[in-house]
Amino acid sequence: MSDPQIIVEDLRKTYQIAKRNPGILGALRGLLHREYQTFEALKNVSFSIQRGEIVGYIGPNGAGKSTTVKVLAGILVPDSGRCEVSGRIPWKNRIEHVRRIGVVFGQRTQLWWDLPVIESFDLLRDIYRIDPAAYAKTRDELIERFGIAPILNTPVRQLSLGQRMRADIVASLLHSPEILYLDEPTIGLDAVAKLAVRDFLRELNRAHGITILLTTHDMDDIEALCTRVMVIGEGKILSDGTLANLRGQVSSERRLIVDLETHTPRFAHDGVVVERCEGHRVFLRFDPQRTPAAQLIGRIASQHPVRDLYVENLPVEEIICRLYARIQA
Amino acid sequence: MTKAYAAIFSARFRTLLQYRAAALAGLACQFFWGILRIAIFGAFYAISSSRQPMSLPEVTTYVWLSQAFFRMVPMGADGEVRGLVRSGSVAYELVRPLDLYSLWFTRSLAALSSPVILRCVPLLLCAAIFFDLQAPHSFSAALACGAALLCALLLGAAIQALLTISLLWTIAGDGINRVATVGLYVLSGMVLPLPLYPDWFQPVLNFLPFRGLIDLPFRLYSGNIPAEQIPWVLAHQLGWTVALVLLGRWVLSMGTRRLVVQGG
Repeated sequence: MSDPQIIVEDLRKTYQIAKRNPGILGALRGLLHREYQTFEALKNVSFSIQRGEIVGYIGPNGAGKSTTVKVLAGILVPDSGRCEVSGRIPWKNRIEHVRRIGVVFGQRTQLWWDLPVIESFDLLRDIYRIDPAAYAKTRDELIERFGIAPILNTPVRQLSLGQRMRADIVASLLHSPEILYLDEPTIGLDAVAKLAVRDFLRELNRAHGITILLTTHDMDDIEALCTRVMVIGEGKILSDGTLANLRGQVSSERRLIVDLETHTPRFAHDGVVVERCEGHRVFLRFDPQRTPAAQLIGRIASQHPVRDLYVENLPVEEIICRLYARIQA
Repeated sequence: MTKAYAAIFSARFRTLLQYRAAALAGLACQFFWGILRIAIFGAFYAISSSRQPMSLPEVTTYVWLSQAFFRMVPMGADGEVRGLVRSGSVAYELVRPLDLYSLWFTRSLAALSSPVILRCVPLLLCAAIFFDLQAPHSFSAALACGAALLCALLLGAAIQALLTISLLWTIAGDGINRVATVGLYVLSGMVLPLPLYPDWFQPVLNFLPFRGLIDLPFRLYSGNIPAEQIPWVLAHQLGWTVALVLLGRWVLSMGTRRLVVQGG
């Protein structure tokens, strides 16, 4: 294995937050005497990422995802710890560093609000000093891929969220970055746009070997894209591995859904938990290590008239919910 | 490298062109204030028996010039960066391969010059035809005024960049904006030509950088400051510009270290 492209070791970052007492009196008191609270956004965050990986970075709100991304992008200076991206320290060699990365903060735009989309692209060409021929090629490819040709002459302020997001992702890729940081790139997108964005990111990674670090609350993004998932909670990395690993860590349970021919109100079997019944449909949970699926299905089929059945993994949402609940406990 | 900053500049200019109604309204507002100010000066000169350091025609010309170029006096921090800081989008300013100080200085240059470029020609033409705006005192006075105006722009941008950088601490910047606007208007000679202030205050005004924004260029224009003084004028303006740029860079380097970007 070659040297990792991104190395993070023992990263710490604390914020000072002025404490405000509620109400007008509290606000007035705050003018005279201000108390500060220290908030540890990152405590000992360590990980490394190889060139060409797509890594999902998830965690509850306020867990430290965006702070990590901002440190990696060279925007924030951490209190301590080591961070190297392609051999550079982001905040020390900021200008050299940012030339090789693309960043999308999903909730904000990097486009010029009052100008047509295409003019923002041209401005970025000048800012990144992209070779005009290469620029024209990349731009046209991206425009086609994202289907944004019809909106190129529309001022950004008049775009819908989905249109704006696609334009924003294109804007982050014009200078052909080696690494792409995406902070909630599918937030607010409709189903079609989400699929298009995912397809494109996968293609980008496959064809150009671009490394992608993605924070999201959309578990479908993770399932569709990420070979690896890192979970952060309260400033610490809690889990780092494949999605299968993460499942195993939280729960190895599977779900069996059985459609019966007849209504069976008292359905019970050894080694299974009945989650709920909806008419003729029964939802069961079981641990395949203790009760192998084939054995269970055989047993059920021999005792009840079964119309249909299928086994599924717990949805990622549920895994994550349980993990978050464990963090908060 | 300059191409990148030129792009920032042109973006601002094009943004401004999107708002034609605002430009027209601004123009009308400038005329209104110009006429009002001249009326006040007329009344003041009519009842004054002592000799004033500037003649009424000089003051009238000065008023019209300052109306045409008043947007070159920074009104607090740069509005665009203010918006970015408030929303947290300022993060994008830092992911560009540009020196942050130069970027904000350029933004200020654009913010201060583009409204002037849009408005000054029609305003000066009308003022010359209808409202007693005089021609420059001499050819050399016109040249001197032009040179001083360019330096005034640099000086204004250095002042505004400093105000913009202060946003890293204040976030909102409303307070600083208000104080700065009033202070700059009074001390630059935008409200009242500086020679009309009391004598004891003159050394202070002479020392401070702000007279370089309005007072110096427009008194050169009417010959109230002889064109031969131009080396001193430029030295005053550029000396302060360099000092403020250095100060701004230093403050910015402190500010980025403690930067907190708003919101997740």
